[in-house]
Amino acid sequence: MSIDKDTVAKIANLARIEVSEKELESTVGELNNILDWVEQLSEVDTDGVEAMTSVVEASLPRREDKVTDGGYRDSVLKNAPQAEHGFFAVPKVIE
Amino acid sequence: MSRLYPGATGDWEAVIGLEIHAQVISEAKLFSGAATAFGAEPNTQVSFVCSAQPGMLPVINEECVRQAVRTGLAMGCKINLRSIFDRKNYFYADLPQGYQISQFKDPIVGEGVVTIDLEDGSTKEIGVERLHLEQDAGKSMHDQHPTMTYVDLNRSGVALMEIVSKPDMRTPEEAAAYFKKIRSIVRYAGTCDGNMEQGSMRADVNVSVRRPGEAFGTRTETKNVNSIRYVTQVVESEIRRQIDLIEDGGTVNQETRLFEVATGTTRPMRSKEEAHDYRYFPDPDLLPLEFSQEFVDQLAKEMPELADAKKERFIRDLHITPYNAAVLTAEKENADYFETLLAATVDKTGKPISELGSLVSNWITSDLFGALKKLGKSINESPVSIEHAAELLGLQLDGTISGRIAKDVFDIMLDTGNSPEAIVEEKGLKQVSDTGAIEAMIDEILAENADKVEEYRGGKDKLFGFFVGQVMKKTGGKANPQVVNQLLRPKLDG
Amino acid sequence: MTELTKFTLSEARNALHKGDISSRELTEAHLNAMEDAKELNCFVAVTAEKAMEMADNADAMIKAGNAKGMTGIPIGMKDLYCTKGVHSQTCSHILDGFKPEYESTVSQNLWDDGAVMLGKTNMDEFAMGSSNENSYYGPVKNPWRAAGSDKDTVPGGSSGGSAAAVAADIAIATTGTDTGGSIRQPASFAGLVGLKPTYGRCSRWGMIAFASSLDQAGPLTKTVRDAAIMMESMAGYDPKDSTSINIPVPNYEAALKGDIRGLKVGVPSEYRVDGMPQEIENLWQKGIDWLKDAGAEIVDISLPHTKYALPTYYIVAPAECSSNLARYDGVKYGLRVAGSSLDDMYKKTRAAGFGDEVKRRILIGTYVLSAGYYDAYYLKAQKVRTLIANDFKAAYEKCDVILTPTAPSAAFALGDKVDDPLAMYLNDVFTVPASLAGLPGISVPAGLSAEGLPLGLQLLGQAFGEEQLLNVADVLETAAGFKHKPAKWWGDAS
Ligand SMILES: [Mg+2]
Ligand SMILES: [Zn+2]
Repeated sequence: MSIDKDTVAKIANLARIEVSEKELESTVGELNNILDWVEQLSEVDTDGVEAMTSVVEASLPRREDKVTDGGYRDSVLKNAPQAEHGFFAVPKVIE
Repeated sequence: MSRLYPGATGDWEAVIGLEIHAQVISEAKLFSGAATAFGAEPNTQVSFVCSAQPGMLPVINEECVRQAVRTGLAMGCKINLRSIFDRKNYFYADLPQGYQISQFKDPIVGEGVVTIDLEDGSTKEIGVERLHLEQDAGKSMHDQHPTMTYVDLNRSGVALMEIVSKPDMRTPEEAAAYFKKIRSIVRYAGTCDGNMEQGSMRADVNVSVRRPGEAFGTRTETKNVNSIRYVTQVVESEIRRQIDLIEDGGTVNQETRLFEVATGTTRPMRSKEEAHDYRYFPDPDLLPLEFSQEFVDQLAKEMPELADAKKERFIRDLHITPYNAAVLTAEKENADYFETLLAATVDKTGKPISELGSLVSNWITSDLFGALKKLGKSINESPVSIEHAAELLGLQLDGTISGRIAKDVFDIMLDTGNSPEAIVEEKGLKQVSDTGAIEAMIDEILAENADKVEEYRGGKDKLFGFFVGQVMKKTGGKANPQVVNQLLRPKLDG
Repeated sequence: MTELTKFTLSEARNALHKGDISSRELTEAHLNAMEDAKELNCFVAVTAEKAMEMADNADAMIKAGNAKGMTGIPIGMKDLYCTKGVHSQTCSHILDGFKPEYESTVSQNLWDDGAVMLGKTNMDEFAMGSSNENSYYGPVKNPWRAAGSDKDTVPGGSSGGSAAAVAADIAIATTGTDTGGSIRQPASFAGLVGLKPTYGRCSRWGMIAFASSLDQAGPLTKTVRDAAIMMESMAGYDPKDSTSINIPVPNYEAALKGDIRGLKVGVPSEYRVDGMPQEIENLWQKGIDWLKDAGAEIVDISLPHTKYALPTYYIVAPAECSSNLARYDGVKYGLRVAGSSLDDMYKKTRAAGFGDEVKRRILIGTYVLSAGYYDAYYLKAQKVRTLIANDFKAAYEKCDVILTPTAPSAAFALGDKVDDPLAMYLNDVFTVPASLAGLPGISVPAGLSAEGLPLGLQLLGQAFGEEQLLNVADVLETAAGFKHKPAKWWGDAS
């Protein structure tokens, strides 16, 4: 399964990373190298094997339904590149 | 109940499925301890977890798990003792993690069936595919600034139940009835407040059309439809649009659309969406959610009374008609109103509850509902308080006013909002039960109508009503009809 | 520099407790040494003022008789840990200026015990790398150089700054994090002890995530005893991390009994990989002999899926990272590069903010999760991961601990492998399998390469078998008697 420039462009778009035309070329090669290498997993017989969901043998802990957090807007917004009137501000979105 | 839609080239059938997002009733969010209350100042109910600060981790709220199980039980669905949380990956301004924690392959609740009631009195079974728990996103505001969108994360991470139907609906009425039914179920189960104006419930409406008997057509998904009426409009307009499109030689695009209230129609979303690729995978920050059958059984045991059980009880214990019972239990707010008013009336009159059910239910289903319908108001917006309604019924029960006068008083209550006691007092509408006064009046009337008395005594029984009418006329309708009867009969029979 | 910087953690602790030295002077000595070793680039933020304050508090704690193992010990925190109000950027440009408003659980545990923070240590961006050459703040220089050479070598990665700082005696100990070997491999390259505990032993809350199912906190120290002392402080159950395990933290130091008679040490044949340098093979044999001499029984074991561990890791870790790093989008914190639209802003910000290796892994991860490839890559890898974990389970039926080399080579020259990602990935060939299985591992310095660079041996334990693991590591350390120090070539070399 070898990937081409279009595929890399598609992935980069999904991942929201701008990739220039020039970078695209080299990235195709790098990614194919890695993908060719991981391809060896296809040799392994995994029929009837359960996929791992967690290495920890435990079940999901649950917390009580109590308000224990929040209420510190200034701290939440403190590191924001742009915050206005108590909101995060981003370039305008048209739905 | 398959309805066909005629087109220029023949008949069409619609296929409709709903994905309903219902906000879970809980104090805190699904994976963070921040509050869920509606209407707070922007970003004040946000923790480091629900704003996706680096290194923050989710821990599940057990009440949200219980609520999902309760809802599943209320819909008669299979409860899955092991379920998995997955990440649904996409970028959006109000999705701070860059993914939504949801359930994809292994939801907490599996298949079930709900029965919907249709206008013509028939019912239909609609399959429920699944219910899963997931996080809500924040809120983007596009109209606050000329070049910026503002983001409020108060809703970010609030627990939602996504209830997915099977594509079993065929008409706008069925879709509306199903939405209504699910709203009724979650409200009875106490798992969602069903408040659509506040966004507690909204539906993604999937519509496609096909030739009867053929394979499903391409569907469109209209997002976030937040009223039963809008669901009807979306389905109607989509059916029409798709039929016209196909008959004009076009094809339906599988796309996401938005409902526009102003026109009652849908339009494609403007933002260019590439084909969705959500890259679901199990959230490595969470382990599989597991609980025992005993946990489920305990919740089943503690379930609040649901619509069907309530209906039976109303009929059995309160002796109200099956029709009234059905009307009152269709929506939880109606049943709640009925039970509250009944209790208040018991308080007011001291009469046993079993004797009052019939009167109270009749009054609600005819007088109150009639008035609300005219006013275009819901029961929660009723201009008549429970207290005043109980007072009105009490006045009727203790003979202070007649049933006829009660209707007049109710009209005045609707206009003025005054208490019925004050109205009766002010307008002098008290029933006259003074036997002396009524007797004198009867004597007067008999004297004035000697010829009719003769006819009556000659065998024309029907004239009894005429004499009653005369008494009522003289008293402006205030004479107690029972007293009139008691006094009139012996005098006439002479 | 003064002798104060030559102390091991346990020696410093003893001297502090006895009152022979104060934390203030110990901390000052290390701050001076840091200043002198600037060219090693171990620290990306120095918190000198805070350190002195913490040192004074520690001295007060000791005076009050409340001293713990870590009280007054000046340490470096990997930049991956969120430390309140202090630079916490995983050495990424995308987190520019980020100073969290919260403290990670592991760092808080250390501060609660009185440890002193010297600053934040350099690392590969988002912990992705094996040479510390992927830091936005530039590479770290390993204090070790080949005998007679003035060429810089890498300290390993991703905890490269943490390793170099301890090797250069500018911090008594440091925290690292290990996803696929990021504590153990740099420990091996820098002649240190590096412990990665069982997954779930340390809280991940406040650790900036790379791959959630693999990331674990752990110490880099001068001795095994030091690792035991520091581990006890770092470890513990945390209800804020759903993958944290609620098991009491033992007194790890007390587990160092020095006796391993009758213990079964497994030696996996699959770790004899093609092209492994003879000197590594020889060192491994020495390790086997040392443990045998100490009374252990050597058992040949098989971990048949070993060769698939690296490719499995390079599917699972990128997949998780592609999702974990979606939150770095220019909205809530860190870098924002202006764009013509929201998406354009995302793309420009992430293109500028992430380094090449991080982007590479995000793209690989996005690809292996995308529609049509999920089963072939991600699901397949998670199945192989089950097989790898099963291999260890079967092996531990036959042995108590496993002995292997830590890395396939000694520290290599700076710049040697930057252009060959695959060659770089092979560094983790011996450390990754245990990471995938969630098992604890420790690297112990065991000898020098022909060039005079340190080489480590790795011991792997059973889940939550840290006590036994440390006990064996202590015996191995004693037998190896590694007392070498890098010749000082940096700073004021006198
Ligand atoms: Mg939907
Ligand atoms: Zn949903």
